[in-house]
Amino acid sequence: MKPLRTIPLWPAVRHLLLIAGAVVLLAPFIWMISTASKPPEEVFSSELHLIPHHFALWDNLKIAFAKANLWRFLLNGVIVTVSIFVLQVLIALPAAYALAKLRFLGRDALFALILFGILIPPQATAIPVFLLLHKLDLLDSYAALVLPFTISVFGIFLMRQFFKSVPDDLVDAARMDGISEFGIVWRVMLPAAIPAVTAFGIFSVVAHWNDYFWPLIVLNSEQLRTPPLAVAHFRNNEAGTNYGPLMAAAMVIIAPLLIAFLLAQRRFIEGITLTGIK
Amino acid sequence: MSDAATIDAAAVATPAARPALRKRDQRALTAYGLVAPAFVLMLLMLLGPLASVIALSFTDYQLGAPALSWIGLANYQDMFADRVFWISLRNTLTYVVIVVPGAVTLGLGIALLIQSGTSLRSLYRTIYFLPVMATLIAMAVVWEFMLHPQFGLVNGLLRGAGLPAFSWLQDRGTALYALCAIGIWQAVGFNMVLFLAGLVSIPKQLYEAAEMDGTASAWARFRLVTWPMLGPVTTFVIVISGIRSFQVFDTVHILTKGGPSKSTEVLIHTMYTEGFEFFRSGYGAALTVVFLVFVLLLTLIKARLADRGVQTA
Repeated sequence: MKPLRTIPLWPAVRHLLLIAGAVVLLAPFIWMISTASKPPEEVFSSELHLIPHHFALWDNLKIAFAKANLWRFLLNGVIVTVSIFVLQVLIALPAAYALAKLRFLGRDALFALILFGILIPPQATAIPVFLLLHKLDLLDSYAALVLPFTISVFGIFLMRQFFKSVPDDLVDAARMDGISEFGIVWRVMLPAAIPAVTAFGIFSVVAHWNDYFWPLIVLNSEQLRTPPLAVAHFRNNEAGTNYGPLMAAAMVIIAPLLIAFLLAQRRFIEGITLTGIK
Repeated sequence: MSDAATIDAAAVATPAARPALRKRDQRALTAYGLVAPAFVLMLLMLLGPLASVIALSFTDYQLGAPALSWIGLANYQDMFADRVFWISLRNTLTYVVIVVPGAVTLGLGIALLIQSGTSLRSLYRTIYFLPVMATLIAMAVVWEFMLHPQFGLVNGLLRGAGLPAFSWLQDRGTALYALCAIGIWQAVGFNMVLFLAGLVSIPKQLYEAAEMDGTASAWARFRLVTWPMLGPVTTFVIVISGIRSFQVFDTVHILTKGGPSKSTEVLIHTMYTEGFEFFRSGYGAALTVVFLVFVLLLTLIKARLADRGVQTA
Protein backbone atom coordinates (compact mmCIF):
# COMPACT_ATOMS: atom_id res chain seq x y z
CA MET A 1 0.00 0.00 0.00
CA LYS A 2 1.06 3.56 -0.59
CA PRO A 3 1.51 6.12 2.15
CA LEU A 4 -1.67 8.06 2.73
CA ARG A 5 -0.58 11.41 1.37
CA THR A 6 -4.07 12.81 1.27
CA ILE A 7 -4.44 13.17 5.02
CA PRO A 8 -2.31 15.94 6.53
CA LEU A 9 0.08 14.90 9.25
CA TRP A 10 -0.72 11.24 8.50
CA PRO A 11 2.74 9.97 9.56
CA ALA A 12 2.24 11.52 12.99
CA VAL A 13 -1.30 10.14 13.31
CA ARG A 14 -0.05 6.71 12.24
CA HIS A 15 2.67 6.66 14.88
CA LEU A 16 0.28 7.92 17.52
CA LEU A 17 -2.25 5.18 16.84
CA LEU A 18 0.36 2.45 16.59
CA ILE A 19 2.08 3.54 19.79
CA ALA A 20 -1.25 3.64 21.63
CA GLY A 21 -2.03 0.12 20.42
CA ALA A 22 1.46 -1.06 21.33
CA VAL A 23 1.07 0.27 24.88
CA VAL A 24 -2.15 -1.72 25.32
CA LEU A 25 -0.61 -4.87 23.84
CA LEU A 26 2.56 -4.56 25.87
CA ALA A 27 0.74 -3.67 29.10
CA PRO A 28 0.79 -7.25 30.43
CA PHE A 29 4.54 -7.54 29.79
CA ILE A 30 5.22 -4.17 31.38
CA TRP A 31 2.98 -4.95 34.35
CA MET A 32 4.63 -8.35 34.75
CA ILE A 33 8.10 -6.81 34.92
CA SER A 34 6.87 -4.02 37.18
CA THR A 35 5.16 -6.41 39.61
CA ALA A 36 8.10 -8.78 39.57
CA SER A 37 10.25 -5.85 40.69
CA LYS A 38 8.06 -4.79 43.60
CA PRO A 39 8.21 -5.87 47.26
CA PRO A 40 4.94 -7.34 48.66
CA GLU A 41 3.78 -4.13 50.36
CA GLU A 42 3.92 -2.32 47.01
CA VAL A 43 2.19 -5.16 45.12
CA PHE A 44 -0.68 -5.07 47.58
CA SER A 45 -1.35 -1.38 47.44
CA SER A 46 -4.35 0.12 45.74
CA GLU A 47 -2.28 3.06 44.59
CA LEU A 48 -0.98 2.30 41.06
CA HIS A 49 2.63 2.93 40.27
CA LEU A 50 4.74 1.47 37.52
CA ILE A 51 8.25 2.06 38.85
CA PRO A 52 8.81 0.32 42.17
CA HIS A 53 9.88 2.58 45.06
CA HIS A 54 12.00 -0.23 46.31
CA PHE A 55 13.53 -2.42 43.60
CA ALA A 56 12.94 -6.06 44.55
CA LEU A 57 13.38 -8.01 41.30
CA TRP A 58 16.39 -9.98 42.57
CA ASP A 59 14.59 -10.87 45.81
CA ASN A 60 11.52 -12.04 43.90
CA LEU A 61 13.61 -14.06 41.47
CA LYS A 62 15.47 -15.61 44.39
CA ILE A 63 12.16 -16.57 46.05
CA ALA A 64 10.81 -17.94 42.75
CA PHE A 65 13.89 -20.11 42.20
CA ALA A 66 13.79 -21.25 45.84
CA LYS A 67 10.10 -22.17 45.82
CA ALA A 68 10.16 -23.98 42.50
CA ASN A 69 12.95 -25.83 40.78
CA LEU A 70 12.76 -23.52 37.77
CA TRP A 71 16.10 -24.60 36.30
CA ARG A 72 14.89 -28.16 36.25
CA PHE A 73 11.62 -27.16 34.56
CA LEU A 74 13.42 -25.10 31.94
CA LEU A 75 15.72 -28.05 31.31
CA ASN A 76 12.65 -30.30 30.94
CA GLY A 77 11.30 -27.84 28.39
CA VAL A 78 14.54 -28.03 26.43
CA ILE A 79 14.74 -31.83 26.64
CA VAL A 80 11.15 -32.29 25.50
CA THR A 81 11.09 -29.73 22.69
CA VAL A 82 14.48 -30.77 21.30
CA SER A 83 13.63 -34.50 21.44
CA ILE A 84 10.33 -33.87 19.69
CA PHE A 85 11.95 -31.81 16.94
CA VAL A 86 14.86 -34.19 16.33
CA LEU A 87 12.55 -37.22 16.13
CA GLN A 88 10.11 -35.34 13.91
CA VAL A 89 12.91 -34.59 11.46
CA LEU A 90 14.33 -38.13 11.61
CA ILE A 91 10.92 -39.55 10.77
CA ALA A 92 9.55 -36.88 8.43
CA LEU A 93 12.53 -36.28 6.15
CA PRO A 94 12.90 -39.80 4.73
CA ALA A 95 9.14 -40.03 4.21
CA ALA A 96 9.06 -36.61 2.57
CA TYR A 97 11.91 -37.58 0.26
CA ALA A 98 10.21 -40.79 -0.80
CA LEU A 99 6.95 -38.93 -1.42
CA ALA A 100 8.65 -36.21 -3.44
CA LYS A 101 11.25 -38.10 -5.46
CA LEU A 102 10.56 -41.85 -5.56
CA ARG A 103 7.87 -43.82 -7.32
CA PHE A 104 6.14 -46.58 -5.43
CA LEU A 105 2.73 -48.15 -5.30
CA GLY A 106 0.43 -46.38 -2.83
CA ARG A 107 2.35 -43.13 -2.86
CA ASP A 108 -0.65 -41.00 -3.74
CA ALA A 109 -2.85 -42.76 -1.18
CA LEU A 110 -0.23 -42.16 1.50
CA PHE A 111 0.01 -38.50 0.56
CA ALA A 112 -3.77 -38.19 0.74
CA LEU A 113 -3.69 -39.72 4.24
CA ILE A 114 -1.08 -37.17 5.26
CA LEU A 115 -3.19 -34.30 3.94
CA PHE A 116 -6.12 -35.71 5.90
CA GLY A 117 -3.96 -36.05 9.01
CA ILE A 118 -3.17 -32.34 8.92
CA LEU A 119 -6.87 -31.62 9.45
CA ILE A 120 -7.03 -33.49 12.78
CA PRO A 121 -6.71 -31.12 15.76
CA PRO A 122 -4.47 -32.46 18.55
CA GLN A 123 -7.27 -32.43 21.16
CA ALA A 124 -9.28 -34.89 19.07
CA THR A 125 -6.89 -37.80 19.60
CA ALA A 126 -6.10 -37.03 23.26
CA ILE A 127 -8.32 -39.65 24.91
CA PRO A 128 -7.25 -42.69 22.82
CA VAL A 129 -3.56 -41.69 22.87
CA PHE A 130 -3.81 -41.31 26.64
CA LEU A 131 -5.38 -44.78 26.93
CA LEU A 132 -2.66 -46.21 24.68
CA LEU A 133 0.12 -44.73 26.81
CA HIS A 134 -1.68 -46.02 29.89
CA LYS A 135 -1.73 -49.53 28.38
CA LEU A 136 1.97 -49.27 27.53
CA ASP A 137 2.59 -48.03 31.08
CA LEU A 138 4.30 -44.93 29.73
CA LEU A 139 2.23 -42.22 31.44
CA ASP A 140 4.11 -39.69 33.55
CA SER A 141 7.39 -39.97 31.64
CA TYR A 142 9.37 -38.05 29.05
CA ALA A 143 8.21 -40.66 26.55
CA ALA A 144 4.58 -39.68 27.18
CA LEU A 145 5.45 -36.06 26.41
CA VAL A 146 7.48 -36.84 23.29
CA LEU A 147 6.13 -39.98 21.63
CA PRO A 148 2.72 -38.70 20.44
CA PHE A 149 4.38 -35.79 18.62
CA THR A 150 7.20 -37.68 16.90
CA ILE A 151 4.99 -37.94 13.85
CA SER A 152 4.32 -34.58 12.30
CA VAL A 153 2.20 -35.03 9.21
CA PHE A 154 2.45 -31.30 8.71
CA GLY A 155 6.25 -31.58 8.77
CA ILE A 156 6.14 -34.34 6.15
CA PHE A 157 3.85 -32.24 3.96
CA LEU A 158 6.04 -29.16 4.30
CA MET A 159 9.26 -31.02 3.53
CA ARG A 160 7.68 -32.91 0.64
CA GLN A 161 6.63 -29.61 -0.96
CA PHE A 162 10.14 -28.27 -0.48
CA PHE A 163 11.83 -31.39 -1.87
CA LYS A 164 9.64 -31.19 -4.96
CA SER A 165 11.49 -28.00 -5.85
CA VAL A 166 14.92 -29.59 -5.49
CA PRO A 167 16.17 -30.42 -9.02
CA ASP A 168 16.16 -34.11 -9.95
CA ASP A 169 19.64 -33.67 -11.42
CA LEU A 170 20.99 -33.21 -7.92
CA VAL A 171 19.48 -36.53 -6.87
CA ASP A 172 20.67 -38.30 -10.02
CA ALA A 173 24.18 -36.94 -9.60
CA ALA A 174 24.24 -38.26 -6.04
CA ARG A 175 23.11 -41.69 -7.30
CA MET A 176 25.90 -41.63 -9.91
CA ASP A 177 28.31 -41.03 -7.05
CA GLY A 178 27.00 -44.21 -5.49
CA ILE A 179 25.20 -42.60 -2.58
CA SER A 180 22.33 -44.76 -1.28
CA GLU A 181 18.76 -43.45 -1.20
CA PHE A 182 19.02 -43.18 2.57
CA GLY A 183 22.28 -41.29 2.20
CA ILE A 184 20.67 -38.92 -0.30
CA VAL A 185 18.09 -37.91 2.33
CA TRP A 186 20.70 -36.78 4.82
CA ARG A 187 23.63 -35.75 2.62
CA VAL A 188 21.82 -34.12 -0.30
CA MET A 189 18.25 -33.23 0.69
CA LEU A 190 18.78 -32.10 4.27
CA PRO A 191 21.48 -29.53 3.39
CA ALA A 192 19.29 -28.23 0.56
CA ALA A 193 16.29 -27.96 2.87
CA ILE A 194 17.90 -26.11 5.79
CA PRO A 195 15.66 -22.99 5.46
CA ALA A 196 12.50 -25.12 5.49
CA VAL A 197 13.79 -27.28 8.35
CA THR A 198 14.62 -24.14 10.35
CA ALA A 199 11.16 -22.67 9.86
CA PHE A 200 9.59 -25.98 10.82
CA GLY A 201 11.90 -26.24 13.82
CA ILE A 202 10.82 -22.85 15.15
CA PHE A 203 7.19 -23.78 14.58
CA SER A 204 7.64 -27.07 16.41
CA VAL A 205 9.72 -25.79 19.33
CA VAL A 206 7.42 -22.83 20.02
CA ALA A 207 4.30 -25.00 19.85
CA HIS A 208 5.66 -27.60 22.28
CA TRP A 209 7.44 -25.22 24.63
CA ASN A 210 4.12 -23.41 25.10
CA ASP A 211 1.90 -26.51 25.15
CA TYR A 212 -0.13 -26.89 28.32
CA PHE A 213 -2.90 -29.33 27.39
CA TRP A 214 -0.86 -32.48 26.80
CA PRO A 215 1.66 -32.22 29.68
CA LEU A 216 -1.28 -31.46 31.98
CA ILE A 217 -2.92 -34.72 30.94
CA VAL A 218 0.00 -37.12 31.09
CA LEU A 219 2.19 -35.78 33.92
CA ASN A 220 2.03 -36.20 37.67
CA SER A 221 5.62 -36.06 38.83
CA GLU A 222 7.02 -32.74 39.86
CA GLN A 223 10.47 -33.41 38.40
CA LEU A 224 9.07 -33.87 34.88
CA ARG A 225 7.08 -30.62 34.73
CA THR A 226 7.41 -28.54 31.60
CA PRO A 227 7.61 -24.72 31.86
CA PRO A 228 3.87 -24.00 31.41
CA LEU A 229 2.95 -26.63 34.03
CA ALA A 230 5.53 -25.11 36.35
CA VAL A 231 3.90 -21.66 36.14
CA ALA A 232 0.47 -23.21 36.64
CA HIS A 233 1.58 -25.07 39.78
CA PHE A 234 3.37 -22.03 41.10
CA ARG A 235 0.20 -20.02 40.64
CA ASN A 236 -2.05 -22.64 42.22
CA ASN A 237 0.11 -23.03 45.29
CA GLU A 238 1.18 -19.43 45.84
CA ALA A 239 -1.75 -17.48 44.39
CA GLY A 240 -3.04 -14.52 46.31
CA THR A 241 0.00 -14.22 48.52
CA ASN A 242 3.10 -14.00 46.41
CA TYR A 243 2.44 -12.10 43.20
CA GLY A 244 5.96 -10.68 42.98
CA PRO A 245 7.70 -14.08 42.82
CA LEU A 246 4.88 -15.44 40.63
CA MET A 247 5.45 -12.70 38.05
CA ALA A 248 9.19 -13.32 38.33
CA ALA A 249 8.59 -17.02 37.59
CA ALA A 250 6.38 -16.10 34.61
CA MET A 251 9.18 -13.89 33.30
CA VAL A 252 11.69 -16.71 33.58
CA ILE A 253 9.42 -19.13 31.69
CA ILE A 254 8.68 -16.68 28.87
CA ALA A 255 12.23 -15.35 28.55
CA PRO A 256 13.96 -18.06 26.48
CA LEU A 257 11.51 -17.90 23.57
CA LEU A 258 11.11 -14.13 23.68
CA ILE A 259 14.86 -13.57 23.63
CA ALA A 260 15.26 -16.01 20.75
CA PHE A 261 12.43 -14.24 18.96
CA LEU A 262 13.95 -10.79 19.40
CA LEU A 263 17.25 -12.10 18.05
CA ALA A 264 15.75 -13.67 14.92
CA GLN A 265 12.32 -12.10 14.43
CA ARG A 266 12.02 -12.63 10.72
CA ARG A 267 12.72 -16.35 10.98
CA PHE A 268 10.37 -16.70 13.93
CA ILE A 269 7.50 -14.91 12.26
CA GLU A 270 8.05 -17.15 9.22
CA GLY A 271 8.04 -20.25 11.39
CA ILE A 272 5.02 -19.35 13.50
CA THR A 273 2.88 -18.32 10.56
CA LEU A 274 3.33 -21.85 9.25
CA THR A 275 0.53 -22.64 11.70
CA GLY A 276 -1.58 -20.59 9.35
CA ILE A 277 -0.95 -22.95 6.49
CA LYS A 278 -1.58 -25.90 8.77
CA MET B 1 9.43 -37.43 -12.79
CA SER B 2 12.24 -36.93 -15.26
CA ASP B 3 14.18 -39.55 -13.35
CA ALA B 4 11.52 -42.18 -14.01
CA ALA B 5 11.34 -41.09 -17.65
CA THR B 6 15.07 -41.60 -18.16
CA ILE B 7 14.87 -45.03 -16.63
CA ASP B 8 11.98 -45.98 -18.89
CA ALA B 9 13.89 -44.72 -21.91
CA ALA B 10 16.91 -46.71 -20.87
CA ALA B 11 14.76 -49.79 -20.44
CA VAL B 12 13.47 -49.49 -23.98
CA ALA B 13 16.59 -48.39 -25.78
CA THR B 14 19.51 -50.24 -24.28
CA PRO B 15 20.37 -53.80 -23.44
CA ALA B 16 20.96 -52.63 -19.88
CA ALA B 17 17.22 -52.92 -19.43
CA ARG B 18 17.22 -55.64 -16.80
CA PRO B 19 19.59 -54.04 -14.29
CA ALA B 20 17.76 -50.73 -14.72
CA LEU B 21 14.48 -52.41 -13.95
CA ARG B 22 15.88 -54.18 -10.97
CA LYS B 23 17.23 -50.89 -9.76
CA ARG B 24 13.76 -49.39 -9.97
CA ASP B 25 12.21 -52.22 -7.98
CA GLN B 26 14.95 -51.84 -5.45
CA ARG B 27 14.26 -48.14 -5.24
CA ALA B 28 10.57 -48.80 -4.64
CA LEU B 29 11.52 -51.16 -1.82
CA THR B 30 13.77 -48.48 -0.34
CA ALA B 31 10.87 -46.07 -0.62
CA TYR B 32 8.73 -48.34 1.56
CA GLY B 33 11.57 -48.47 4.06
CA LEU B 34 11.79 -44.69 4.08
CA VAL B 35 8.08 -44.10 4.67
CA ALA B 36 7.53 -47.05 7.03
CA PRO B 37 8.36 -45.32 10.36
CA ALA B 38 6.18 -42.34 9.48
CA PHE B 39 3.37 -44.59 8.29
CA VAL B 40 3.37 -46.78 11.40
CA LEU B 41 3.49 -43.80 13.76
CA MET B 42 0.74 -42.08 11.83
CA LEU B 43 -1.50 -45.11 12.27
CA LEU B 44 -0.56 -45.41 15.94
CA MET B 45 -0.73 -41.79 17.03
CA LEU B 46 -3.14 -40.15 14.61
CA LEU B 47 -5.43 -42.22 12.43
CA GLY B 48 -5.90 -45.09 14.88
CA PRO B 49 -6.75 -42.72 17.74
CA LEU B 50 -9.11 -40.78 15.49
CA ALA B 51 -11.02 -43.95 14.63
CA SER B 52 -10.89 -45.01 18.30
CA VAL B 53 -12.33 -41.77 19.57
CA ILE B 54 -15.33 -42.21 17.32
CA ALA B 55 -15.72 -45.88 18.33
CA LEU B 56 -15.24 -45.07 22.03
CA SER B 57 -18.03 -42.53 21.88
CA PHE B 58 -20.45 -45.45 21.38
CA THR B 59 -19.19 -47.30 24.46
CA ASP B 60 -19.41 -46.88 28.22
CA TYR B 61 -15.65 -47.27 28.67
CA GLN B 62 -14.14 -45.76 31.80
CA LEU B 63 -10.41 -45.79 32.45
CA GLY B 64 -9.55 -48.75 34.68
CA ALA B 65 -12.84 -50.53 34.02
CA PRO B 66 -12.29 -54.23 33.28
CA ALA B 67 -14.59 -54.27 30.27
CA LEU B 68 -16.55 -52.03 27.99
CA SER B 69 -19.82 -52.50 26.23
CA TRP B 70 -21.39 -51.03 23.15
CA ILE B 71 -24.13 -48.64 24.25
CA GLY B 72 -25.03 -47.12 20.89
CA LEU B 73 -26.04 -43.49 21.08
CA ALA B 74 -26.50 -43.43 24.85
CA ASN B 75 -23.52 -41.09 25.41
CA TYR B 76 -24.95 -38.69 22.88
CA GLN B 77 -28.41 -38.89 24.45
CA ASP B 78 -26.88 -38.17 27.87
CA MET B 79 -24.92 -35.31 26.38
CA PHE B 80 -27.88 -33.69 24.67
CA ALA B 81 -29.90 -34.05 27.88
CA ASP B 82 -27.12 -32.48 29.95
CA ARG B 83 -27.51 -28.79 30.76
CA VAL B 84 -23.73 -28.42 31.13
CA PHE B 85 -23.15 -29.55 27.54
CA TRP B 86 -25.47 -26.88 26.16
CA ILE B 87 -23.94 -24.20 28.39
CA SER B 88 -20.52 -25.32 27.28
CA LEU B 89 -21.47 -25.26 23.60
CA ARG B 90 -23.11 -21.84 23.93
CA ASN B 91 -20.07 -20.41 25.74
CA THR B 92 -17.72 -21.82 23.10
CA LEU B 93 -19.78 -20.28 20.31
CA THR B 94 -19.99 -16.96 22.17
CA TYR B 95 -16.21 -17.03 22.59
CA VAL B 96 -15.71 -17.75 18.88
CA VAL B 97 -18.22 -15.10 17.82
CA ILE B 98 -16.47 -12.44 19.92
CA VAL B 99 -12.82 -13.38 19.44
CA VAL B 100 -12.89 -13.98 15.68
CA PRO B 101 -14.28 -10.57 14.61
CA GLY B 102 -12.23 -8.83 17.30
CA ALA B 103 -8.93 -10.44 16.43
CA VAL B 104 -9.50 -10.25 12.65
CA THR B 105 -10.58 -6.59 12.51
CA LEU B 106 -7.84 -5.46 14.87
CA GLY B 107 -5.27 -7.56 13.00
CA LEU B 108 -6.33 -6.00 9.70
CA GLY B 109 -6.42 -2.50 11.17
CA ILE B 110 -2.93 -2.80 12.60
CA ALA B 111 -1.57 -4.28 9.37
CA LEU B 112 -3.08 -1.40 7.35
CA LEU B 113 -1.69 1.17 9.77
CA ILE B 114 1.78 -0.35 9.64
CA GLN B 115 1.77 -0.50 5.82
CA SER B 116 0.38 3.04 5.45
CA GLY B 117 3.80 4.48 6.23
CA THR B 118 7.38 3.43 5.79
CA SER B 119 9.08 4.19 9.09
CA LEU B 120 9.49 1.72 11.97
CA ARG B 121 7.57 -1.01 10.17
CA SER B 122 9.56 -3.94 11.53
CA LEU B 123 9.67 -2.49 15.04
CA TYR B 124 5.87 -2.31 15.18
CA ARG B 125 5.55 -5.76 13.68
CA THR B 126 7.84 -7.17 16.36
CA ILE B 127 5.96 -5.46 19.19
CA TYR B 128 2.56 -6.59 18.02
CA PHE B 129 3.81 -10.12 17.51
CA LEU B 130 5.17 -10.51 21.07
CA PRO B 131 1.92 -11.86 22.60
CA VAL B 132 1.88 -14.65 20.00
CA MET B 133 5.29 -15.84 21.16
CA ALA B 134 4.79 -15.58 24.90
CA THR B 135 3.74 -18.76 26.71
CA LEU B 136 -0.02 -18.29 27.08
CA ILE B 137 -0.20 -19.96 30.49
CA ALA B 138 2.37 -17.56 31.93
CA MET B 139 0.65 -14.56 30.36
CA ALA B 140 -2.74 -15.79 31.61
CA VAL B 141 -1.35 -15.64 35.14
CA VAL B 142 -0.19 -12.08 34.46
CA TRP B 143 -3.65 -11.19 33.12
CA GLU B 144 -5.21 -12.65 36.23
CA PHE B 145 -3.22 -10.26 38.36
CA MET B 146 -4.02 -7.34 36.03
CA LEU B 147 -7.71 -8.21 36.45
CA HIS B 148 -7.40 -8.57 40.24
CA PRO B 149 -10.49 -6.85 41.73
CA GLN B 150 -8.52 -4.91 44.34
CA PHE B 151 -4.89 -4.59 43.28
CA GLY B 152 -5.20 -5.08 39.52
CA LEU B 153 -4.11 -2.58 36.89
CA VAL B 154 -7.42 -2.67 35.00
CA ASN B 155 -9.60 -1.77 37.96
CA GLY B 156 -7.00 0.73 39.14
CA LEU B 157 -7.25 2.57 35.82
CA LEU B 158 -11.06 2.34 35.84
CA ARG B 159 -11.22 3.78 39.34
CA GLY B 160 -8.79 6.50 38.34
CA ALA B 161 -11.12 7.45 35.49
CA GLY B 162 -14.10 7.46 37.85
CA LEU B 163 -15.62 4.34 36.29
CA PRO B 164 -17.07 1.34 38.12
CA ALA B 165 -14.70 -1.56 38.79
CA PHE B 166 -15.50 -5.27 38.31
CA SER B 167 -14.29 -8.52 39.79
CA TRP B 168 -13.71 -9.70 36.22
CA LEU B 169 -12.89 -13.36 36.54
CA GLN B 170 -14.96 -13.98 39.66
CA ASP B 171 -18.16 -12.49 38.24
CA ARG B 172 -20.31 -14.77 36.07
CA GLY B 173 -21.43 -11.74 34.08
CA THR B 174 -17.92 -10.74 33.01
CA ALA B 175 -15.67 -13.83 33.24
CA LEU B 176 -16.26 -15.10 29.69
CA TYR B 177 -15.72 -11.61 28.24
CA ALA B 178 -12.48 -11.26 30.18
CA LEU B 179 -11.29 -14.54 28.64
CA CYS B 180 -12.36 -13.26 25.19
CA ALA B 181 -10.23 -10.16 25.73
CA ILE B 182 -7.20 -12.31 26.54
CA GLY B 183 -7.95 -14.44 23.46
CA ILE B 184 -8.08 -11.37 21.22
CA TRP B 185 -4.93 -9.94 22.81
CA GLN B 186 -3.09 -13.14 22.00
CA ALA B 187 -4.36 -13.63 18.43
CA VAL B 188 -4.11 -10.10 17.00
CA GLY B 189 -0.40 -10.27 16.17
CA PHE B 190 -0.76 -13.55 14.35
CA ASN B 191 -3.57 -12.23 12.15
CA MET B 192 -1.63 -9.01 11.57
CA VAL B 193 1.31 -10.94 10.13
CA LEU B 194 -0.95 -12.86 7.73
CA PHE B 195 -2.59 -9.61 6.60
CA LEU B 196 0.81 -7.93 6.17
CA ALA B 197 1.86 -10.76 3.85
CA GLY B 198 -1.38 -10.26 1.92
CA LEU B 199 -0.91 -6.49 1.66
CA VAL B 200 2.66 -6.79 0.41
CA SER B 201 1.54 -9.08 -2.42
CA ILE B 202 -0.97 -6.58 -3.86
CA PRO B 203 0.59 -5.25 -7.07
CA LYS B 204 1.55 -1.55 -6.88
CA GLN B 205 0.19 -0.99 -10.40
CA LEU B 206 -3.35 -1.48 -9.12
CA TYR B 207 -3.00 1.54 -6.84
CA GLU B 208 -1.46 3.54 -9.66
CA ALA B 209 -4.28 2.58 -11.98
CA ALA B 210 -6.84 3.51 -9.35
CA GLU B 211 -5.16 6.87 -8.91
CA MET B 212 -5.19 7.54 -12.64
CA ASP B 213 -8.88 6.75 -12.62
CA GLY B 214 -9.28 9.54 -10.12
CA THR B 215 -9.72 7.59 -6.88
CA ALA B 216 -7.80 9.94 -4.69
CA SER B 217 -9.12 9.31 -1.21
CA ALA B 218 -7.57 6.68 1.05
CA TRP B 219 -10.96 5.14 1.74
CA ALA B 220 -11.73 4.75 -1.97
CA ARG B 221 -8.36 3.10 -2.56
CA PHE B 222 -9.06 0.71 0.31
CA ARG B 223 -12.56 -0.08 -0.92
CA LEU B 224 -11.65 -0.47 -4.61
CA VAL B 225 -8.23 -2.15 -4.42
CA THR B 226 -7.08 -3.31 -0.99
CA TRP B 227 -10.25 -4.93 0.29
CA PRO B 228 -11.09 -6.97 -2.85
CA MET B 229 -7.46 -8.04 -3.27
CA LEU B 230 -7.29 -9.11 0.38
CA GLY B 231 -10.47 -11.17 0.04
CA PRO B 232 -8.88 -14.65 0.03
CA VAL B 233 -6.48 -13.76 2.87
CA THR B 234 -9.34 -12.37 4.95
CA THR B 235 -11.49 -15.48 4.65
CA PHE B 236 -8.45 -17.59 5.41
CA VAL B 237 -7.65 -15.57 8.55
CA ILE B 238 -11.28 -15.74 9.70
CA VAL B 239 -11.38 -19.54 9.41
CA ILE B 240 -8.03 -20.02 11.16
CA SER B 241 -9.09 -17.72 13.99
CA GLY B 242 -12.32 -19.70 14.24
CA ILE B 243 -10.52 -23.04 14.52
CA ARG B 244 -8.12 -21.70 17.13
CA SER B 245 -10.93 -20.14 19.16
CA PHE B 246 -12.82 -23.43 19.19
CA GLN B 247 -9.76 -24.97 20.83
CA VAL B 248 -9.73 -22.49 23.74
CA PHE B 249 -8.59 -24.31 26.89
CA ASP B 250 -5.44 -22.94 28.55
CA THR B 251 -6.86 -19.67 29.86
CA VAL B 252 -10.09 -21.35 31.00
CA HIS B 253 -8.33 -24.15 32.82
CA ILE B 254 -5.88 -21.98 34.71
CA LEU B 255 -8.06 -18.95 35.43
CA THR B 256 -11.65 -20.08 35.96
CA LYS B 257 -11.92 -23.88 35.68
CA GLY B 258 -15.14 -23.17 33.77
CA GLY B 259 -16.65 -21.11 36.58
CA PRO B 260 -18.10 -19.14 38.21
CA SER B 261 -21.23 -21.29 37.98
CA LYS B 262 -20.24 -22.71 34.54
CA SER B 263 -20.19 -19.25 32.95
CA THR B 264 -16.85 -20.00 31.22
CA GLU B 265 -17.29 -23.73 30.66
CA VAL B 266 -16.15 -24.47 27.07
CA LEU B 267 -16.14 -27.65 24.97
CA ILE B 268 -12.51 -28.72 25.34
CA HIS B 269 -12.61 -27.95 29.05
CA THR B 270 -15.74 -30.10 29.48
CA MET B 271 -14.04 -32.85 27.47
CA TYR B 272 -10.93 -32.55 29.67
CA THR B 273 -12.96 -32.74 32.89
CA GLU B 274 -14.99 -35.75 31.76
CA GLY B 275 -12.17 -37.60 30.05
CA PHE B 276 -9.21 -36.86 32.30
CA GLU B 277 -10.61 -35.96 35.71
CA PHE B 278 -13.59 -38.31 35.95
CA PHE B 279 -12.01 -40.73 33.45
CA ARG B 280 -15.34 -41.22 31.68
CA SER B 281 -13.54 -41.96 28.42
CA GLY B 282 -16.65 -42.89 26.44
CA TYR B 283 -18.52 -39.73 27.33
CA GLY B 284 -15.41 -37.62 26.81
CA ALA B 285 -15.04 -39.20 23.37
CA ALA B 286 -18.60 -38.18 22.47
CA LEU B 287 -17.76 -34.58 23.43
CA THR B 288 -14.61 -34.85 21.31
CA VAL B 289 -16.69 -35.93 18.33
CA VAL B 290 -18.90 -32.83 18.65
CA PHE B 291 -15.78 -30.66 18.82
CA LEU B 292 -14.33 -32.48 15.80
CA VAL B 293 -17.44 -31.89 13.73
CA PHE B 294 -17.21 -28.13 14.27
CA VAL B 295 -13.48 -27.94 13.62
CA LEU B 296 -13.57 -30.18 10.57
CA LEU B 297 -16.38 -28.10 9.10
CA LEU B 298 -14.24 -25.00 9.45
CA THR B 299 -11.16 -26.85 8.17
CA LEU B 300 -12.97 -28.04 5.07
CA ILE B 301 -14.03 -24.49 4.32
CA LYS B 302 -10.41 -23.45 4.75
CA ALA B 303 -9.13 -26.24 2.49
CA ARG B 304 -11.56 -25.13 -0.22
CA LEU B 305 -10.46 -21.54 0.14
CA ALA B 306 -6.78 -22.46 0.28
CA ASP B 307 -7.11 -24.19 -3.09
CA ARG B 308 -8.73 -21.11 -4.53
CA GLY B 309 -6.20 -18.85 -2.82
CA VAL B 310 -3.32 -20.68 -4.48
CA GLN B 311 -4.90 -20.11 -7.87
CA THR B 312 -5.56 -16.41 -7.37
CA ALA B 313 -2.25 -15.65 -5.67
